[in-house]
Amino acid sequence: MLQLSANLNTYLIIAAFLFGIGFYGLINRRTLIGMLISAELILSGASLNFMAFNRFLAPDPVVGQVFTLFIMGIAAAEAAIALSIIIAVYRNYKSIAAEDLNDLKG
Amino acid sequence: MNQLLTAQGLAGVVFLTVSAAVVIGALIAVNSKRLIRAVTGLCLCLIGVAGLYYFLNSPFLALMEILIYVGAVGVSIAFAIMLADPRPEKKGNRATGLGAVFGFIGGGFLTWGLIKTGLSTHWQGAAEKVNDGSMLQLGKSLLTTYSMVFELISVVLLIAIIGSLALGRRGRSNGPGKISG
Repeated sequence: MLQLSANLNTYLIIAAFLFGIGFYGLINRRTLIGMLISAELILSGASLNFMAFNRFLAPDPVVGQVFTLFIMGIAAAEAAIALSIIIAVYRNYKSIAAEDLNDLKG
Repeated sequence: MNQLLTAQGLAGVVFLTVSAAVVIGALIAVNSKRLIRAVTGLCLCLIGVAGLYYFLNSPFLALMEILIYVGAVGVSIAFAIMLADPRPEKKGNRATGLGAVFGFIGGGFLTWGLIKTGLSTHWQGAAEKVNDGSMLQLGKSLLTTYSMVFELISVVLLIAIIGSLALGRRGRSNGPGKISG
């Protein structure tokens, strides 16, 4: 039990759970903000996978850290854009439920 | 019980705690009825992920995870909920019927497949490492090898900020909602 943190498989299992839970939430949520939260979970699962392989297998342990930093930057940009779109949608439709957004020209 | 009181034992307990925080936080984030609780679960999950990064020998990324995700993304999602979600209980927040079943089966299948692939593959480690992956090496390679990508991602972030400001203003001034501002 105490050697779990020095084992690649532990991190792979945790990352797989994060990815699967995020996918479930992305299908299951009805509101746009809930979908955005689930997408963040999926991105975290991918980053955790990168970091685990970077720590245990990669010849250059800097590459995975740089890649994870760039994933964080892209995720921050994505969250900013998505939230401003959500607020603009809310001003027009008075709702953020995905099934209410059914007009092509709102 | 004596084994738990050594340094390694305490590290193991901390590791189990952050792993549990990741999974429980993710479950709260996708299952809670109110969106603000989902954001809290997301923040708990991301703090756990930062702890896992610390166990993976990169304290810089752990700090960045807390700063960017928990600090910036979590707080801005909370603000968006306050601006855009006054009646959270109007219709219920989760899909029912076919969507829920499909999501559960798809997520379970993905998790099972990823775990099975990860455990059944024989991963071959590198023969030797060219550096130790410390913060010093990370900074050097960010400003030499990856400097172009570094600049590009700065431009992407700038465009994202300008774009979100423009989107917010346009929705306010001439949308069909007729809210003048």
